[in-house]
Amino acid sequence: MDITSDIHSQHISRQFNHELEELKTHLMAMGGLVEKQVQDAVNSLLDADSSLAERVVDNDRAVNDMQIKIDDECTRVLARRQPAASDLRLVLAVIRAASDLERIGDEASKIARNAIELIENDSGSRGFVEVRIISEHVRRMMRDSLTSFARFDTDLALQIVEEDQKVDSEYQSAMRSLMTFMMEDARSISPVLGIMWILRALERVGDHANNLAEYVVYLVKGLDIRHTNPDDLDEEVGDR
Amino acid sequence: MTVMQHTPSTSGALIDFSAHASSLEVRDFALRYGDKPALSNLTLRVPRHRVTAFIGPSGCGKSTLLRALNRLHDLNESVSREGSIHLEGQDIHAPEMMVAELRRRVGMVFQVPNPFPMSIYDNVAFGLRLQGRMPKRRVDDVVEWALRSAALWDEVKDRLRASAWSLSGGQQQRLVIARTLAVGPEVLLLDEPASALDPISSLKVEELIRNLKSTLTLVLVTHNMQQAARVSDYTAFLQDGELVEYGPTDTLFTNPRLARTENYITGRMA
Repeated sequence: MDITSDIHSQHISRQFNHELEELKTHLMAMGGLVEKQVQDAVNSLLDADSSLAERVVDNDRAVNDMQIKIDDECTRVLARRQPAASDLRLVLAVIRAASDLERIGDEASKIARNAIELIENDSGSRGFVEVRIISEHVRRMMRDSLTSFARFDTDLALQIVEEDQKVDSEYQSAMRSLMTFMMEDARSISPVLGIMWILRALERVGDHANNLAEYVVYLVKGLDIRHTNPDDLDEEVGDR
Repeated sequence: MTVMQHTPSTSGALIDFSAHASSLEVRDFALRYGDKPALSNLTLRVPRHRVTAFIGPSGCGKSTLLRALNRLHDLNESVSREGSIHLEGQDIHAPEMMVAELRRRVGMVFQVPNPFPMSIYDNVAFGLRLQGRMPKRRVDDVVEWALRSAALWDEVKDRLRASAWSLSGGQQQRLVIARTLAVGPEVLLLDEPASALDPISSLKVEELIRNLKSTLTLVLVTHNMQQAARVSDYTAFLQDGELVEYGPTDTLFTNPRLARTENYITGRMA
């Protein structure tokens, strides 16, 4: 049975409604912060703004704190309410999503640290085009994955799974062109490696956004698609 | 109304009855108290050597169905029924089916423990003695076996002659289960067997239910959904005398197919 986004506000216990709504609200707040962290980290590189990059590194602690808070709330709900069916799936999806958001936060922090090094070494703007393209793509995926979570929108979630494949191929192509730079000019190895780490982090952000989308399908349809071949997804999810 | 029943023709998460033979089979069963329908158009199979739980709101018919499984409604003249119930393929309402024999094969345990006003030993031996004379040594053996099966032997072996009423509520309930086991049933019906017990005694009864399924088919009626989720292999959700959804407990409690089931097990307003 598919569920809708208002299902968790229909319990006889209003306190339980409130607790579940709080979980979703706090997850969305964490998502908003993490989204901004990724955006700031990329902008710090593109705008050569090392103070912004430092703020991103500092803010990672706030992301970690939010994950701990959400985990605590989920533990309390599990212990006190013993949720079942869609309520149980919501709690599990929130725990998993918070873990992926925390990892996205770590990736943002990695991007910012590499940006600081590149800015300090005045490494030029080689690879910025690739960073810009992939970052826009993964940020859109992140935004959509959070929206699909908020709206319980599995159609949007499935689009994100498809998008992730595109990001993976963009990433491979960027890697190839950056390798060419390194082969052509040995002096570019160090700065280009920095950009490669940043691209790698962005590609991982895409993977985590993809995970969030998979949790939405689990939450709404009770279907675990984590290890399903993307080509079989429409058929598998459509059947339910 | 859609009934989600699991049949061999369907696959995936549904119950595969080809893997479990049915012990009890209810076919198109309906029951009325006078003019008032209590169960309607009910068809389900209870897999052998598994625990099946009936859940549903008060008045949904789950206890009525349980009692129908060993003909406890027979003496109520206002009750009328349609359809049939089969135990290992035999119609339980067939003229050749003796009620006493049916109730030996399909034992019942109620919400409040009801030991007889006699010793622990005599309670367990009671049913055996009804079946005719038996050498004392043999009775001793069966009493010990039944008390061990009911996980009570170690607690009572030194006071078998003490009154059954001297036992705690949880012990009395296990004694009643031992009394039922002593006559060698195939099916054990449990009507809210732990609802009058404290949490530790409840867990002991639940553990006992789990252990008994290696040799018995168990059917449990409970208001306690966590208990149904903990001990049963299959769960049937009834509402207004109808079977709404029936499936593996794991599926029903994580991803029920119907909104009515979801609303009930998650405590939502209908």
